[in-house]
Amino acid sequence: MRKRLCITPLFALALSACSLTSVQEEPRGTGDLGVVIERAAGNVLIVEHTNNQAIARVEGLGDLSHASVVFSRDERYAYVFGRDGGLTKVDLLKQRIDKRIIQGGNSIGGAISQDGRLIAVGNYEPGGVKIFTADTLELVADIPATAIADGSKNSRVVGMVDAPGQKFLVSLFDTGEIWIIDFSDSAADAPTVSRFTDIGKQPYDSMLTPEGRYYIAGLFGEDGLAMLDLWNPEQGVTRILDGYGKGNQALPVYKMPHLEGWTVADNQAFVPGVGHHQVLVIDTQTWQQSKAIEMVGQPVFVMARPDARQIWVNFAYPDNQYVQVIDSQTKEVIKTIEPGPGVLHMEFTPRGEHIWISVRDRNEVQVWDTQTLEHLYTLEADNPSGIFFTNRAHRIGL
Amino acid sequence: MRYLSKRKYAVIFLMASFLFPLTSHAESISAERQATLKHLLIQDCGSCHGLRMKGGLGPALTPGDIADKPKEGLVATIIHGRPGTAMPPWAALLTDQEATWLIDQLLQGVSP
Repeated sequence: MRKRLCITPLFALALSACSLTSVQEEPRGTGDLGVVIERAAGNVLIVEHTNNQAIARVEGLGDLSHASVVFSRDERYAYVFGRDGGLTKVDLLKQRIDKRIIQGGNSIGGAISQDGRLIAVGNYEPGGVKIFTADTLELVADIPATAIADGSKNSRVVGMVDAPGQKFLVSLFDTGEIWIIDFSDSAADAPTVSRFTDIGKQPYDSMLTPEGRYYIAGLFGEDGLAMLDLWNPEQGVTRILDGYGKGNQALPVYKMPHLEGWTVADNQAFVPGVGHHQVLVIDTQTWQQSKAIEMVGQPVFVMARPDARQIWVNFAYPDNQYVQVIDSQTKEVIKTIEPGPGVLHMEFTPRGEHIWISVRDRNEVQVWDTQTLEHLYTLEADNPSGIFFTNRAHRIGL
Repeated sequence: MRYLSKRKYAVIFLMASFLFPLTSHAESISAERQATLKHLLIQDCGSCHGLRMKGGLGPALTPGDIADKPKEGLVATIIHGRPGTAMPPWAALLTDQEATWLIDQLLQGVSP
């Protein structure tokens, strides 16, 4: 209807009037957009980090108790993976749900393929991986996880990432495996799955190096990490940092840590010490621990600023009101800030001048300057949790 | 999901009953503390069990899931955790009485 009006050959006035009536006044890019999860309400806020503002709220995404997001390669669509098994494709430009399916009973997260055509989801219930077309969310493959010892159900799947060569990698929490799911043979009916077993007890999450070479799963059931070199997968999974907590009684873990992206700076990787008030530093030349940095609580997210000069860390309950900043060169904490109770997630702007911090119990998203370490802006949000900016679309393993 | 053997369960239960008499005195938990506990239940327990208690890394805890389980065992699970799983012991942060109050909330059903 609108289009027909537009092509009616009238005056310039008519044309401009036409453009004024359109939903979107001007064409715009999406490179400065993102979404904030409002986890209790089941909404996402569409946000814009050029002007530090929320521009729309999209409702009806179901149970977002635990949610994660990947973006289409054109940075227009956000794929939101919800706790209830919901997979929702949100159009950031039209500010509405484009498509939504319930693909499982209980999911943990997902990934988008190298070519942008496939969306993979890792599920707790039923334990396994499902793969969908990115445009229409039609099922492409359903890969059940290994059955647990008593045969009652399948292992929960965690740590889903994409990897070069049209691959997805996952870890199996209950059966201690890492799988490579390979879609590179487009002529095949089904992907090939390479299974690595006995990788360690209870992998809880994983990360991939920025070039897509090393996949590392953190272990909850023991002190250590499991590493797979994707350039040399035939060498199998090797264990690193075995027994990192030796001599220290592990503390109760009130929130499962996350490994997101690869927090590596100056050949040093920074990971949460599970059950310890420590960030562990790994020398990536030798894969040996080079330091344990004492922190104010148990780390949940350990994230490097895009230039890797700082590492920002948030914490599990009951220390989740704090964020600490580590200098990546000296490996010392340079500042402890207190954004407020319930700091759940952090996201850097693409070039790292700001960090956005969700402060659940204050119903705030705070924007901090990473150079001055000062609080700049505050956005209102209803119980915010995850913050995801569109530049993730072009990063391997996120 | 791995469960403790009945015997271990009984031992934990006995220890729990010795340390914390299992009588509910919800009325003696202040309204302010109740609000804090409710928030903890939904937001922090909910991180693993789901804000709607329909399960996640941890099992579902809706009234239908737990109504037939002995209440003392549920309280003991909160206080002592479940070794071998991701369920931590909350003894450092919660009293037995508070754990009992939380179980009562779960039995009534909670939502964010």
